[in-house]
Amino acid sequence: MSDISANGPASAGKPRVSILGQSARMKSRNRVEGIFKTLGLTAILFSLAILALMIFTIFRDGSSAFFQTRAAFPITLSAEIIDPAGNRNRDDLTKQTTMTYNKVLNEAFLAALAAQGIKTDDVPEKEITAMISKGAAGEIRADVLADPSLVGQTIEANIVLGGRIDGYMKGRVTRESAERDSNVTMGQLDIADRMKEAGMLATVWNWDFITNTDSSDTRPETAGLGVAILGSAYMMFLVLIMCVPVGVAASIYLEEFAPKNKWTDLIEVNIANLAAVPSIVYGILGLAIFINILGGQMGVEALKMSASLVGALVLSLQTLPTIIIATRSAIRAVPPSIRDAALGIGASKMQTVFHHVLPLAMPGILTGTILGLASALGETAPLLLIGMVAFVANYPAAPWDGGFSDPATALPVQVYSWASRSDPAFIERSNGAIIVLLVFLLIMNVTAIILRRRFERRW
Amino acid sequence: MTVLPLLMILAVLAAAGFILGRQRALALAGGDTKKLHSLPAYYGWHAAIMAFVPAFCALIVWLLIQPFFIERAALSQLPAAVLEDSTASTLAMADVRRVAAGLDTAVAQGAMTEAAIETMDATVTDLRGELGKVGVALGSAVSSEVLAAAKQYRESVASASVVRAVVIILIAVAALARALKLTAPDFWARNRVEKVVLWLLMLASLIAILTTVGIIWSLLSESFNFFSQYPIGDFFFGLTWNPKFGGGSDLGFIPLFWGTIYITIIALLVAVPLGLFAAIYLAEYASKRTRAWVKPMIEVIAGIPTVVYGLFALITVGPFLRDFFAAPMGLGNSAASVMTAGIVIGLLNIPFISSLSDDIINAVPQSLRDGAFGLGSTKSETIRQVVLPAALPGVAGAILMGASRAIGETMIVVMGAGAAAKLSLNPFEAMTTMTVKIVGQLTGDTDFNSPETLVAFALGMTLFVITLLLNVMAVWIVRKYREQYE
Amino acid sequence: MNDMRIADRAVDTHGIRIKASAVQVYYGESHAIKDVSVDILDKAVTAFIGPSGCGKSTFLRTLNRMNDTIPICKVQGSILLDGENIYDKRVDPVQLRAKVGMVFQKPNPFPKSIYDNVAYGPRIHGLTRSKAELDGIVESSLRKAALWNEVKDRLHAPGTGLSGGQQQRLCIARAVATSPEVLLMDEPCSALDPIATAQVEELIDELRSNFSVVIVTHSMQQAARVSQKTAFFHLGNLVEYGETSQIFTNPKDPRTESYITGRIG
Repeated sequence: MSDISANGPASAGKPRVSILGQSARMKSRNRVEGIFKTLGLTAILFSLAILALMIFTIFRDGSSAFFQTRAAFPITLSAEIIDPAGNRNRDDLTKQTTMTYNKVLNEAFLAALAAQGIKTDDVPEKEITAMISKGAAGEIRADVLADPSLVGQTIEANIVLGGRIDGYMKGRVTRESAERDSNVTMGQLDIADRMKEAGMLATVWNWDFITNTDSSDTRPETAGLGVAILGSAYMMFLVLIMCVPVGVAASIYLEEFAPKNKWTDLIEVNIANLAAVPSIVYGILGLAIFINILGGQMGVEALKMSASLVGALVLSLQTLPTIIIATRSAIRAVPPSIRDAALGIGASKMQTVFHHVLPLAMPGILTGTILGLASALGETAPLLLIGMVAFVANYPAAPWDGGFSDPATALPVQVYSWASRSDPAFIERSNGAIIVLLVFLLIMNVTAIILRRRFERRW
Repeated sequence: MTVLPLLMILAVLAAAGFILGRQRALALAGGDTKKLHSLPAYYGWHAAIMAFVPAFCALIVWLLIQPFFIERAALSQLPAAVLEDSTASTLAMADVRRVAAGLDTAVAQGAMTEAAIETMDATVTDLRGELGKVGVALGSAVSSEVLAAAKQYRESVASASVVRAVVIILIAVAALARALKLTAPDFWARNRVEKVVLWLLMLASLIAILTTVGIIWSLLSESFNFFSQYPIGDFFFGLTWNPKFGGGSDLGFIPLFWGTIYITIIALLVAVPLGLFAAIYLAEYASKRTRAWVKPMIEVIAGIPTVVYGLFALITVGPFLRDFFAAPMGLGNSAASVMTAGIVIGLLNIPFISSLSDDIINAVPQSLRDGAFGLGSTKSETIRQVVLPAALPGVAGAILMGASRAIGETMIVVMGAGAAAKLSLNPFEAMTTMTVKIVGQLTGDTDFNSPETLVAFALGMTLFVITLLLNVMAVWIVRKYREQYE
Repeated sequence: MNDMRIADRAVDTHGIRIKASAVQVYYGESHAIKDVSVDILDKAVTAFIGPSGCGKSTFLRTLNRMNDTIPICKVQGSILLDGENIYDKRVDPVQLRAKVGMVFQKPNPFPKSIYDNVAYGPRIHGLTRSKAELDGIVESSLRKAALWNEVKDRLHAPGTGLSGGQQQRLCIARAVATSPEVLLMDEPCSALDPIATAQVEELIDELRSNFSVVIVTHSMQQAARVSQKTAFFHLGNLVEYGETSQIFTNPKDPRTESYITGRIG
């Protein structure tokens, strides 16, 4: 230790530098510091700005899906035409197709325009009647079938107009864009303007968007989310009753009872890896095992293409690791002293777990479950593979009538299938479907947060 | 009797078992619960489990075995020529099943009577037309052999279900009787019940293993099927992807792999700097209050379904990139492109990278930071020269996990990357990925057993293996990293 | 206490390096340091002793503004380093810490090579112009920390691979390399075994010829062995401050006496 006096910077030899004020070097170091900090802040602000932009575009393009342009005019449901048998019998009424109603509707529309004194110039009648949605006649027919006493009466109807006229009223379609569009003419837009002046047109709240089934490519204005919402609800219910008990049971076993050996290690590694398997692989699993093997070769009737039961099975398997991971950490957070206390007064291990540990872990389990369900609700890719992207024209039946195996679709899948159609009016619907989806997700996440805040326990 | 009512009967028997078992235990103890080994409810549960579980297990086994016997009976009605060819007999059996199901529907709707079916002759009745009326569509007219087989099938199913119901209920009643006989004050009911519950818990944890087995099995079996029709070398090293309806397709993996990797690289170039800087800011600079607000907001990004990002790519990011970058620079005019998909996947991955990095940065011990501050380093110097190098392995693990997620991402690439398989370096060109083609080939109209459809399973298997390897590697790195500071 | 060896070296008063007057430290609501005034001498070892939680470490950390990294911590009063207030608005704490180095309780070498650990300070403060100069600083610092002979053949091995005592001497070398004016040591031997402790103590005594050293210690024997001046803290108050020999042989305050005879603490 005699080498202390070796050469080197001895503090004594250097002139003293004041600590007041910054040296030039310190200034440049602090500049770097400032840049670095700004970069961090920028990264955060940029990410949040993009998020905000995305949500903004969704609401800008999608909120109009909840409104629909309708024309109000009287329709005389002349008995000679729609009830030629004249007996108001429902079975006879069904014989009249939408074609009949179309004729009635078109005539009533032209008459109403004339009555309001709206100039139609030389726009051909065919173009004028084409302003009405192709789905409108079906709605009138359904009304009549539901209430045959309407026959012969004159009803004040609010008739859905076609997607282009609707878009024009909402500002999505402009005269400029209409010029390039073969599905709409200037004459139609002129008439629409005049109808609006005359107070015949109104853009009103659109329950049909929530309740209607999907509709064909040619009438975006009547497409609705009914089947998708019902399908998603069925699947969430099934995932809840299939996935949660299994997930909680598996977590209890692994956390409380499993011996620590290679076998349980394997299960643990396995669960961690399952959580990272791409979702599309679960779709392949569903197609190969549930539909081809169980549904096809083994003949299980309930497992069909597009059935919400199959979707729910796939989503359950996919959500299971998430629920197990959340539940295990909730169980682990219950302090051992609770277990010791229960065991100490002679409860069996099983009683300890079910009477003490599980109730105390419940808030954590619930939170994890809700978040797992929320991610299952937004899942799309695996559902495409099991056929849920197919066009479904009818509502699935009620659960007790085998509705779980009826073809259905799901909210996120509906978003995708509308987005892939060519008519831009479907983009509005697609964004509208996202709004509905986000509302559900928001409700679920807020519930989870409230649960966590309310029951959060610090040991 | 179908399965559902049978299950209900079992449930009723179990409920009865609970009441009977409990009452019997109480009666034997003379109403004094202290004389019982276990609480009265456990005797009830024991009886209920005995009534339900053995019968239920028998039912499952029965349902698994039954189709083989019934099909054999039905197949015996078909001509020998059909039976020799396994594909033909599978197809024939599918016809038989569909006709049988159609007849069931017809009877249920009252369009036919059992007696009419009994005497029906395929050469006389237009069965296809008849069934069409009740909403059952058949691909072709029904031959008399198939009708005979279908009749046989329905008969076997009907008689089997009666026998099944009787057997299952007998098992349940016998087991229940045994449970009640066992019930005695010194019978350890609780221990027996708990043992059963433990088995149930264990079975639940096996589902995770079964899922993995199911995934691997479904991928492997159909992949083998594919490779028996398409040379494995041509798949893995083929440079063209050009599926054709009529066969003779080129199904080369390389263009898809290139598209996947290219998009992943762009996604990481977006996600890693943004995610890492966001994590650094949150971990080292942000005040507690800012952190409490900003962190959940960033996590919202991860909570939004990917299909929403897909739409964002399709109608906002894609056209923006095309109009402001690709077209002015003369790099093409496609809205769907590698760049579009890559950037949007990158955005989606920001919270993932940032929350993983945040954990990892926080795992760097405070003493190291103190050491650096004590020597007079600024915060950014501490982060860059001490914290990040110390956290590097962990961050590398997080990046690998991010890569794995980007590779497996489906909806964003389906909606934002395009469908053309290309080997190109231009990031503004539409390319395609493994996941896009899995969706494309499995939702198309091609025959399931053609190589054009089966290739999806080979792609799925490759995807599964790649993501699994990346994840295992990432987990291993992160674990090593954590051990260093424990 | 009878085997206590009092450092009987002459106190070489080169003047006052740090002059702290009326320092108050608050952690949120709690008043951690109450009106402490103390003069730290140049080229001497000053020991802060006292029971756990008495504020001695907190006070040490105010001397190079390490407490700035804790948001709820508030410091009042003045601390002059060579006549300049270190809590002046114009002072950059980062720059200050280059002059007032610190060694921590637990050895905390960076996960880098031994060389890079020592070169870290000179590099960030830009103290050298050439590689040769930096090599010189690394060598002389390691020599000052009495570690050179042990590590000169493996300068590029990771610093975390050294033994506990070596790691702590590496941390001292690292602190010395920026040629600070004052070296603060927060219980530098508490994580070390007796042999390593003896080595570090010997080193502290030698460092005195170049630096002003302030050491916080739990062990009264250590304070007696290495320091010339001793300050006794109790419940946030500076109870007594004076020559080490006087504090240990003839304490003026009854609380000091109770502490060094083992009745409180």
